[in-house]
Amino acid sequence: MSAQENKQAVVSGGAWLAVLLVAAMIAAALYRFSNGLGAVTNLSDEVPWGLWIGVDVLAGVALAAGGFTIAGAVYIFNMKKYKPVARAAVLTAFAGYVVVSIGILFDIGKPMTLWHPLVMWQPHSIMFEVVVCVVLYTTVLALEFAGPFLEGTGSALAKTFTSRKVMVPLSIAAITLSFLHQSSLGALFLLMPSKLNHLWWTTMLPYNFFVSAIAAGLAMVSFEYVIASSVFKHECDMDILRGLAKGTAIALLVYFLLRVGDIMIKGNMGLIFADGAGKLFMLEMALVLIPMIMLFLASSSAQSAGAIFVPQMLVLVGIVLNRLDILFLVQLKDGASYSPSFVELIITLGLISAIVVAYRAAAIKLPIASPVRADN
Amino acid sequence: MEKGVLVDLTRCIGCRGCQVACKEWNERDVRKTTFKGDFTNPVKLSSDCYTNIQFVETEKKGKVGWSFIKNQCLHCKEPACAAACPVGALTKTAQGAVSYQFDKCIGCRYCMVACPFDIPKYEWESVSPWVQKCTFCAERIEDGLLPACIKTCPTETMLFDDYDKIVAEAKKRLAKEPGKYVKHIYGLEEAGGTNWLYISDIPFEELGFKKGIPSVSLPDYTWSVLSSIPAKVTGFVALLSAVAYFRGRGSQEEGSE
Ligand code: SF4
Ligand code: SF4
Repeated sequence: MSAQENKQAVVSGGAWLAVLLVAAMIAAALYRFSNGLGAVTNLSDEVPWGLWIGVDVLAGVALAAGGFTIAGAVYIFNMKKYKPVARAAVLTAFAGYVVVSIGILFDIGKPMTLWHPLVMWQPHSIMFEVVVCVVLYTTVLALEFAGPFLEGTGSALAKTFTSRKVMVPLSIAAITLSFLHQSSLGALFLLMPSKLNHLWWTTMLPYNFFVSAIAAGLAMVSFEYVIASSVFKHECDMDILRGLAKGTAIALLVYFLLRVGDIMIKGNMGLIFADGAGKLFMLEMALVLIPMIMLFLASSSAQSAGAIFVPQMLVLVGIVLNRLDILFLVQLKDGASYSPSFVELIITLGLISAIVVAYRAAAIKLPIASPVRADN
Repeated sequence: MEKGVLVDLTRCIGCRGCQVACKEWNERDVRKTTFKGDFTNPVKLSSDCYTNIQFVETEKKGKVGWSFIKNQCLHCKEPACAAACPVGALTKTAQGAVSYQFDKCIGCRYCMVACPFDIPKYEWESVSPWVQKCTFCAERIEDGLLPACIKTCPTETMLFDDYDKIVAEAKKRLAKEPGKYVKHIYGLEEAGGTNWLYISDIPFEELGFKKGIPSVSLPDYTWSVLSSIPAKVTGFVALLSAVAYFRGRGSQEEGSE
């Protein structure tokens, strides 16, 4: 374990800002629980789903997709090259899902009834399926993360938890559960063909969500790898970054063909020029095509992390935009409007900061990131 | 026996007796309203207002007039709200009402987003809010009584009966006076059919009825995803296990290095 000579303080410099935001979030959360949803948010009968569902849940789950993608590549497809980023990816996913769960707790009208879906089964509901998958997958992530955690504490069990005979079945479970709930987040909107513009609404929605989540997950892993390298001052392995770039680009290409092909087959191309939603669609597609081309080019020759970092960031922006577009196109009609309240903003910022703080602490205290190739 | 209601918009005189009866029977609070340049009052449905009469200025054969639209839950045959609910708080009863069980609801509000007619409303002012919407007066129906709004209507705008009889009656009225009614029974096909049907002398689009609602059961879209889960899980696990086996053959048990 080479990365662990890290002598950095768990909280220093910029991390203080994150800690401050987490503290503000806790205060805001107490305020929210004692005053109710209506009093602290700008949600309404016209717009019942806002920032928390959009960013904390829909975008959050997509960005956490790196966990199953990388674990799958390493343990199922045996691509050992990516082993150095596997743990970081699993950690982000784990932190991401904890945050998604907390986000849901804040968002539902009756937080004390959060456990209801676990006993009141409704197998005809996509939302029910999402809840079950998220609970199961978070458990899988906790088990995947047990390895590095036990290593960090020097436990003898560490060897078992990092062995292939444990990691392979866990990775299979991770991919299967992720496919189910990533695609189901898209399927949530299948009930609304009359409310969602048909540049987005299609029976392909579940697959669009899954493929775009893979792109987002890989982009997120690259993004973090570059940031962590600069914060903890180790060199980026360009081979890994180029591989991730290629993976993201392929996922984007598949996503682009799925979406545009489907719109063409259904004869909906005219919608692109119909109204403002068409412009949003073009922006989304630009945020798919531009980074895709940049990443394909970078995947063969990029010598510096920057050439990959920038397009990967565009991918993240594009996917988050896609999730928010869908969420608000469904709701913002007939003059309805929404902008998040201060409390909504603080809670979302606080949750994001919580991930940063937890990630930083884990990266310093536990054997997460390896600066050099660990292949044997 | 499954019940239905036929709303004949040509009969409504806009007295709003139904609004008052509904509020009283369901013990909904009164809220202060303000004049918005429109006689509709309250302007929107809310957690305290299950039904309202919407006043729409219309033009027919060059003459300006009013149409009055009774808004409430349409009690879909295949309710999107019920398919949305993760805990089964919303259910379709044998009598045709879409009922809400308070004690199950977690407040995710997916039902509100999913309803094609934007009917369920939330108690935003409460610390522990519930969803609210028209109940079809399910308990009254069970006791052999008419829903409160229908009972109170002086012009028989609404006809309550077995669903099949309602459909037959709607078709009969359209056939008898083709010059009077537009050729559409709103709710017969929308969203796969609703237990409340409307007929009108003014095209429904001009009255603000929701357009573009497909004539299919909306829950079918999500059920086709959900029902294929077992097959997908089997496929994924089999495929991934095979890949892991073949790709992993040469590699030794590697521990953590
Ligand atoms: S109109 Fe809306 S709330 Fe009423 S049954 Fe249909 S989907 Fe549910
Ligand atoms: S808000 Fe309540 S009734 Fe509506 S879908 Fe969620 S749990 Fe079900």
